[in-house]
Amino acid sequence: MSRSFRAETVKLVRRPASWLLLAITLVLALIFTYVFPYAGIAGGTDGPNTGRALPALLPDQLVGNSLGGLPVFLGSILLILGVLTVGGEYGWGTWKTVLTQGPTRLEVYAGKLLALAAAALAVVLAVFAVGAVASVLIASAEAQPVTWPSAGDLLTGIGAGWLIATMWAMLGAVLAVALRAVALPVGLGLVWMLAVQNLLAAIAAPLVDWVAKAQEGLPGPNAGSLAAALGAPGDTPGVAATVGGGQAAVVVAAYLVGFAAVGAVLLRRRDIG
Amino acid sequence: MNLPVQTEGLTKRYGGLTAVQDLNLTVRAGEVYGFLGPNGAGKTTTLRMLLGLVRPTAGTVRLLGRPPAAGRLTGVGALIEGPAFYPYLSGRDNLRVLARYAGVGADRVALVLDLVDLTDRAGDRYAGYSLGMKQRLGVAAALLKDPRLLILDEPTNGLDPAGMADMRTLIRRLGAAGCTVLVSSHLLGEVEQVCDRVGVIARGRLVAEGSVAELRGAAGLRLLADPLDAAAARARDLVGAERVRVVDGGLELAVEPDRAAWLNTELVGAGLAVRELRPRERDLEQVFFDLVEKGTADVA
Repeated sequence: MSRSFRAETVKLVRRPASWLLLAITLVLALIFTYVFPYAGIAGGTDGPNTGRALPALLPDQLVGNSLGGLPVFLGSILLILGVLTVGGEYGWGTWKTVLTQGPTRLEVYAGKLLALAAAALAVVLAVFAVGAVASVLIASAEAQPVTWPSAGDLLTGIGAGWLIATMWAMLGAVLAVALRAVALPVGLGLVWMLAVQNLLAAIAAPLVDWVAKAQEGLPGPNAGSLAAALGAPGDTPGVAATVGGGQAAVVVAAYLVGFAAVGAVLLRRRDIG
Repeated sequence: MNLPVQTEGLTKRYGGLTAVQDLNLTVRAGEVYGFLGPNGAGKTTTLRMLLGLVRPTAGTVRLLGRPPAAGRLTGVGALIEGPAFYPYLSGRDNLRVLARYAGVGADRVALVLDLVDLTDRAGDRYAGYSLGMKQRLGVAAALLKDPRLLILDEPTNGLDPAGMADMRTLIRRLGAAGCTVLVSSHLLGEVEQVCDRVGVIARGRLVAEGSVAELRGAAGLRLLADPLDAAAARARDLVGAERVRVVDGGLELAVEPDRAAWLNTELVGAGLAVRELRPRERDLEQVFFDLVEKGTADVA
């Protein structure tokens, strides 16, 4: 499996799309978490989400600010990365090329998932790093003290972010295996994350009790609850304390394992076309 | 002794369509085996089943004595249904990635690139390769593990005449070096030139198997002489009436070709004008069409 992991890591690192996705992730995180809110504060403008005060942008809020995008927007990018990593083999017809070199299907799949998990950690660390720099710059500009979260809080936040990011990447992977393609899994995954989840939360859940109850078991609301429990701003899309942080972590982890396992079963059972 | 390839009752159905049916295929160690059939006959499906990419509906496969699904394809190299690589990597980097999966060193990458004459363009991105270069890279990937059994599906597809000749030379060289080669093709000339034995598949069934000479059937002689009736009568006297047939304005004699000189002497001695006397071989293409037609009719 270590051979497959090394091969998958090389493919992921050398693929231009991986770097493009990372760049988009960091730009989104920077702009929506720091640039726009700070511009609103500095300019004194009013509008949606302008209630965020300067203290919310300072270094001591780094954990919550870094996790806020993962339940929806940054999570969508991780989902795309998962689809590309697994679905690319279908799109290019390279499953046969890889498998005829000798590794079993599950070895290759496990290598892909490990590489995705490593990529998810790198993305989360990069988001934290960019957030740290941005918050320090804002603190300096506003002559505010630079106070960092405790090491424990940072590690917990990074761990939670890694868990959420990897879960979305696994969803992308299982969609790619299930649909044996790239475009359709990306499309369906984004429709779920950006449209259906919001519609369920904003429209269906307030009207229908069982939908509200079901929200407590869905991946998005649990990812949002985990982020909220660690300080993510409540005005961020997808962030809401629907359940407690402990339950949310368990449910997100369960989805991560479930997505990976379903993908493995499908890949093992089906013919490689 | 383990046979490189052995299938028993191999069958693959897709819903109501039977792609491969009850296929018993045996490839012996060290031979170059041609797997011949028209497009859609079931060649690629069979090869995919051999490699564990497609799960058989029924039957068993053993490669080098082991079922492919039981573990790694140790000692087996393959190029199936055209080359497929990562377009953003160079040819060399594609092979390096595959070498990691295969557990072989970078020295093998340089060696196989040289074998397929691709060293000069190995640093170019795969996306910019011509079809022929892609095909050669596919063969290079198949050779990465220095395989004892090489399975090549239509390896000359996309190659120009010189590239096709190079590929045939490479296959013959690998066969001579002791590598067992199973090569599928729909090109009769290609199979005839490189293969020790041939299996013909039609509508998913193996309809014939043997050497090219065996498939052609018994040899004989073709005779054109004047007057034809007298020549036929004399030939019947000489070799037996049952061995002489009038075909297309000439005679076909079911005798060994090395009796041509003796026959010529006898016929000329009888006052006949011999215009043509040559060995008669059944055209392989005709043999192939006959076998495919027969196989198709049997299935229908």
